[in-house]
Amino acid sequence: MHTKTIAQLAKGLRAGDYSSQELTASYLARIKQHTELNSFITVTEEQALTVAKQADMALATGNAPLLTGIPIAHKDIFCTQGVKTSCGSKMLDNFIAPYNATVVEKLDTAGTVSLGKLNMDEFAMGSSNETSFYGAVHNPWASNTVPGGSSGGSAAAVAARLIPGATGTDTGGSIRQPAALCGITGLKPTYGRVSRFGMIAYASSLDQGGPMTQTAEDAALMLQAMAGFDAQDSTSVEREVPDYSAGLNNSLQGLKIGLPKEFFDDGLNNDMASCIETAINEYKKMGAEIIEVSMPNLKLAIPAYYVIAPAECSANLSRMDGVRFGHRCTDPVDLNDLYIRSRGEGFGTEVKRRILVGTYALSEGYYDAYYIKAQKIRRLISDDFKRALQEVDVIMGPVSPSPAFGIGEKTSDPIEMYLADIYTIAINLAGLPAMSIPAGFIDNKPIGLQIIGNYFAEDKLLNVAHQYQQVTDWHQQTPQGFA
Amino acid sequence: MQWETVIGLEIHAQLATKTKIFSGAATAYGAEPNTQACAVDLGLPGVLPVLNQEVVRMAVKFGMAIDAHIADYSVFARKNYFYPDLPKGYQISQMDHPIVGIGHLDIEVDGKTKRIGVTRAHLEEDAGKSLHEDFHGLTGIDLNRAGTPLLEIVSEPDMRSAQEAVAYMRKIHELVQYLDICDGNMQEGSFRCDANVSVRPKGQAEYGTRTELKNINSFKFVEKAINIEVERQIDIIEAGGKITQETRLYDADKNETRSMRSKEEANDYRYFPDPDLLPVYISDALRAEVKADLPELPQIKKQRFIDTYQLDAETASTLSSSKELANYFEALVKESGCDTKICSNWVTVELLGVLNKQGLAIQQSPISHTRLAGLLTRIADNTISGKIAKQVFAAMLASDDSADAIIEAQGLKQITDSGAIEAIIDKIIADNPNQVEQYLSGKDKVFGFFVGQTMKASQGKANPGEVNKILQKKLKR
Repeated sequence: MHTKTIAQLAKGLRAGDYSSQELTASYLARIKQHTELNSFITVTEEQALTVAKQADMALATGNAPLLTGIPIAHKDIFCTQGVKTSCGSKMLDNFIAPYNATVVEKLDTAGTVSLGKLNMDEFAMGSSNETSFYGAVHNPWASNTVPGGSSGGSAAAVAARLIPGATGTDTGGSIRQPAALCGITGLKPTYGRVSRFGMIAYASSLDQGGPMTQTAEDAALMLQAMAGFDAQDSTSVEREVPDYSAGLNNSLQGLKIGLPKEFFDDGLNNDMASCIETAINEYKKMGAEIIEVSMPNLKLAIPAYYVIAPAECSANLSRMDGVRFGHRCTDPVDLNDLYIRSRGEGFGTEVKRRILVGTYALSEGYYDAYYIKAQKIRRLISDDFKRALQEVDVIMGPVSPSPAFGIGEKTSDPIEMYLADIYTIAINLAGLPAMSIPAGFIDNKPIGLQIIGNYFAEDKLLNVAHQYQQVTDWHQQTPQGFA
Repeated sequence: MQWETVIGLEIHAQLATKTKIFSGAATAYGAEPNTQACAVDLGLPGVLPVLNQEVVRMAVKFGMAIDAHIADYSVFARKNYFYPDLPKGYQISQMDHPIVGIGHLDIEVDGKTKRIGVTRAHLEEDAGKSLHEDFHGLTGIDLNRAGTPLLEIVSEPDMRSAQEAVAYMRKIHELVQYLDICDGNMQEGSFRCDANVSVRPKGQAEYGTRTELKNINSFKFVEKAINIEVERQIDIIEAGGKITQETRLYDADKNETRSMRSKEEANDYRYFPDPDLLPVYISDALRAEVKADLPELPQIKKQRFIDTYQLDAETASTLSSSKELANYFEALVKESGCDTKICSNWVTVELLGVLNKQGLAIQQSPISHTRLAGLLTRIADNTISGKIAKQVFAAMLASDDSADAIIEAQGLKQITDSGAIEAIIDKIIADNPNQVEQYLSGKDKVFGFFVGQTMKASQGKANPGEVNKILQKKLKR
């Protein structure tokens, strides 16, 4: 049953094909069996079985919420009450969150059973899951390659069918890129659609939580539970949540798909270009119209992002000071020693690099040249997208320049690593929703098609993704050894 | 050389909200350490600030009261620095877009009015408290105060003496309490100030190098700290030295200021807009609402007291210095129907005399305006004399009885029956022939002796006017 989707499992649970306890036990067994992927940081077996038991009782009443009894797992960036919430860092290795993130709370209320916490790049800073204090995660499609990042544990676990769905977060591509590299479906919602409360902040103006699943249909089910206004997050938007499943089967006849020419320039390798082209052709067959659009400022997205995100993170991570929680060095001699050693020991290299970059960018005399300039570029990029989305319904392109790369291959060159997010970062700067769906293979490694929509058009994205998944079976492929 | 002092003040007024500026934790003073700090105040991973809308309203109210420009759009920014009692490693404050812009306030010093400019007022959160005692060489942290809302009111460098600085600080202190936006409690740190002080040769246009005196929490200390700092600066310059721009601390015990950190050591706070909070837009509706809610301000009330009650400026100023005192006075006038000068005298001299001695606020007065009105009515209708009234007033302080009950019980009713007074006077004239002779031979002063004797014989109850009249008749020269 581990190859089943959330939608199928929900039906099975109601039909009495299996209980939530059986389902939970079976997934827990798979998690234990596949520790070689290193996708989990914490497995909450006992707690999961207790919740599964309650789920079975709720299911027996006949009016339990749709996701009741469905096992899921959370990226370890979401605070979970009473459970270690490490954010992939030594800094928070001893941090037991005293409260639940809103996303966790909402999925609990929707009836899901959490099996544990998933590995990730340290504080979500990375595109390969190699910066985790808990070690690299292995891509189930090729164990010597990365799963992508930062939600690498989530992507690997869903791809290996250790869990039918997981939460992820996306600041510059952290849901979409690992989803692409692991051959699953990932959705980054519009900024403000999903509450950030209890989601440990990396770059507050860019961070957004979303679902990572096998199918678009499942993503709709999970997003339904996750989305909505939260009074505890001032940046969450007070706007009604539509029924994300309602329009999945709408026809795509006349759909206008924009292809930014900047996505398909010389930088894109031929294999990737032809995979994307094949996918676009499927849409043509469904009646879609293809329109070339231009977004001239796209090339500035990476430099702008690597000013704004580090600037925000340099402040966001200041609270990790060894005073109230988290790692504290042994026997500090004075306050400065406490700060320097606690932070020096608690943070990894990439985190330190971004804190330093951000601190520099915000410093007196540099603020205007870096931070203010980056904010202006951000506005220009948003305007590019807004203009394009007046002409077209969705924008499509690649998610990542290449399929999964080798573990260790890019760790020595941070710039090379940053370029892995070249197609995803602009969307975060604009605050738009976007998806990654499986769209083929290069050298037996999955690649993703990116679908970008207008603000709060998640329903449209899901419809477009679902229709593709009705005529293709890329999303049903399971890596060898995990079938 | 003649020196001129230049002073600007940064006043921190704690806004009187029930809950903190960005969390739902209580702001009440004096709780056990760390019992009024929730996850948001502790800066735990993942928590987010949510603005308490009440602070916006209070800041707008203050802005309107000083005739300031209220921004349409205001932004919260992060001020980054590490300190153990600053949980997030940054303070949420405002930098480029404060909620209140340029305004002004009039002060009076030596009977002269002077206008002091207010540069800006912005909202921010307070930090916690570091406790250096009782921890055996370690430092304890109490985060109860973390996240308490503050309004930082920054003045122009418009003050030219410690006296003016104190007058300005008092005026702001009076105003924030008038507006019900701050309890003004200086012992508990609800109202404190930093003073920027510099000196320059009289007549010079440029400012001298300034020092900042941190965290002074009483009017007395502000005056002393500024004076001692001015002296220090003048001494240095006159000895050929230069002032270092730095932050200094006032030590009240030693009455000296000492260096905390120089400009070079000062933090680069790396301000940037807080991405967790949306910009605040001040709507016309909110402006109208706050405006309608604005109380009569001290300055306007003072003028009204002068015009309506014919009070002198000083008395009007005293009576309008607090809303409660002003209300007491007006209720007294209304209820007693007495002459407004008698009313103001009794409040400012007798009542405030007692309250000040006992350290009580008008709200805690042992004599309500109704009871005091009862007393003043009896003076007006000649039931008792002013002198006896003081005796009744003293008795009222010690009991809850009405003036009438005390007058009755102690038999203090004034004797206005001229027959009775005549009888007393006749006896005194008969008993003191020498004095009568002296008076009749031209010694006017002796008249007072007869008045005194009469009052004494009547135990003060004889109506003084009546006594005068009869004495004059009997001792006709």
